[in-house]
Amino acid sequence: MKFIPIFLIISIILNSNLLKANEIKTENKIAKNLRCLICQGQSVYDSDSEFAISLKLVIKNKIQQGLSEEQIYSFLKMKYGEWILYDPVFNRNTYFLWLLPILIFLAGGAIIIIRFYNKK
Amino acid sequence: MKSKFIPLILILIFLITFVIFFKGLKNSNIYTPDTNLKKEVPLFELKSFENNSIIISEKIFEDNKYYLMNIWASWCIPCREEHKFLMKLKKDKRIELIGFNYKDNFKKASSFLKDLGNPYNVIVSDKDGTASIEWGAYGVPESFLVYQNNIIKRFIGPINNKDLLEIEKIIR
Repeated sequence: MKFIPIFLIISIILNSNLLKANEIKTENKIAKNLRCLICQGQSVYDSDSEFAISLKLVIKNKIQQGLSEEQIYSFLKMKYGEWILYDPVFNRNTYFLWLLPILIFLAGGAIIIIRFYNKK
Repeated sequence: MKSKFIPLILILIFLITFVIFFKGLKNSNIYTPDTNLKKEVPLFELKSFENNSIIISEKIFEDNKYYLMNIWASWCIPCREEHKFLMKLKKDKRIELIGFNYKDNFKKASSFLKDLGNPYNVIVSDKDGTASIEWGAYGVPESFLVYQNNIIKRFIGPINNKDLLEIEKIIR
């Protein structure tokens, strides 16, 4: 009977560790998706600048406050603008960027199909 | 008919691509943040620099008065450069200076102010830099001109004579 409390304690510790691990995972994922604005070609995750260190801390705090990944991105977008996100948002300025590869792909496919049927 | 059509399209596509890339060549690839953003002042609750009392942002920023929120640190060399301009600005009674002591050591920061003078009406300390992130700051030194609880202008990097004139023009 003595084992039950011990077992409970161990399982609680293990579970909280797992929770913490998940938190760190999302924390790192978010930091990897953010551009370090004062470094060249580095993500916030990679950088050790004062800015990046503070930003990582902010991400950690926000996760602990219960904010979702999307909420954190939109918070940072509001503060620093779209440039901080590595993934460009689909809007008026980026239509061309997003649609050009699809258009080229479709045009290429169309050329291949037309040639194929013409040869037949 | 068809054989004439395809080269024409190819040339057109090539031309359009060329024009786009040629125009892109002239664009600056240095990212410059927008300094004229109108944003509300973020709420914060920070420890005072001099003692450990808590300072709330709502108590600092009153309406109908201009404030310059300046992020500084004793370890930051450009902050020394800009300090004389802040001291000049201190003489202007239309504006109040709020200091944000960024990731600093109290002793060193105090001796910095002792050596160069204290231009600030209020100083809060941002020990881990998270409050500066709330402001959308990049680092030290950086300053925000605040009026009616809105950030009306930001200065990234040390303040110089030109910025000083600009501030005076705005608060006139």
